[in-house]
Amino acid sequence: MNSPKLDPVQAHTLPSQVVKADEPILVAAAKSGDVSAFEALVNRYERKIFRLTQNITQNREDAEDAMQEAFLKAYEHLSEFEGNSRFYTWLVRIAVNQALMKLRRRRSNVVSLDDEIDTGEDMIPREVEDWGPSPMERYEQTELAGILSKVISELDPPFRIVFQLRDIEQLSTEETADALNLSIPAVKSRLLRARLKLRQKLNQYFRQGANS
Amino acid sequence: MKCKDIVKELADYLDEALDASLRTSIEEHLVKCKDCRVVVDTTKQTIEIFCNSEPAPLPSPTRERLHQALIKRLRRPRPGITPQA
Repeated sequence: MNSPKLDPVQAHTLPSQVVKADEPILVAAAKSGDVSAFEALVNRYERKIFRLTQNITQNREDAEDAMQEAFLKAYEHLSEFEGNSRFYTWLVRIAVNQALMKLRRRRSNVVSLDDEIDTGEDMIPREVEDWGPSPMERYEQTELAGILSKVISELDPPFRIVFQLRDIEQLSTEETADALNLSIPAVKSRLLRARLKLRQKLNQYFRQGANS
Repeated sequence: MKCKDIVKELADYLDEALDASLRTSIEEHLVKCKDCRVVVDTTKQTIEIFCNSEPAPLPSPTRERLHQALIKRLRRPRPGITPQA
């Protein structure tokens, strides 16, 4: 058998936001033993999965390990994927589990994801300045990526992870609750808190005149 | 409807998960309240900025290690499956 060849170009030209229509075809081929189909799935999702594990663990080494373990686990358990959800959603769930194990191992005092969390206080936004049109255009792409990475890293894990799954990975509330073993009201309250906190943190960069 | 009620319903409002009458009440409040309009608008932009952000390429050594690990694993067949090149 030839050694699998992974194409580095393909991964960097695929739009990350779109789950391609050929995903079920690739998954079916990979399930039947076509390794190049699995490689194509890895190339498609490696950047997103690494951002996910990085945002959860906030540690480069753990993020890399969690990503690697997630892809290997997905390959190992591919026959168990029944197609009831998108493959990407299934992969995200595996990656979240791997990343959470790393996070808990490194930060034994971290707030448990399933602890009750007070989301009631400090909810009223204090800063209500308009951002004006297209605030993102005031920053270079790499500068913007740095800002987003910084502000999300400042959220506590229970809020950060719910925001990551709902608003970045675009999982539904139900899928997020299921992946994190949380109730739907808990997901909703954490998501609201996360969105408001991020809005407040971004306000310093995006309010009109902020970087002029 | 008061400003604090808008904040309470904000996530469901932005996710379009509210029933029509509650949505209408919120929109009536937003017409009158500039602060709430700004909060709703900037929170919506916050979600869009993150949602539309492209993940950075993997650092080369990270990608190399991932693909080496995969190549090593993909050379071995999964139980009951004969790999196809």
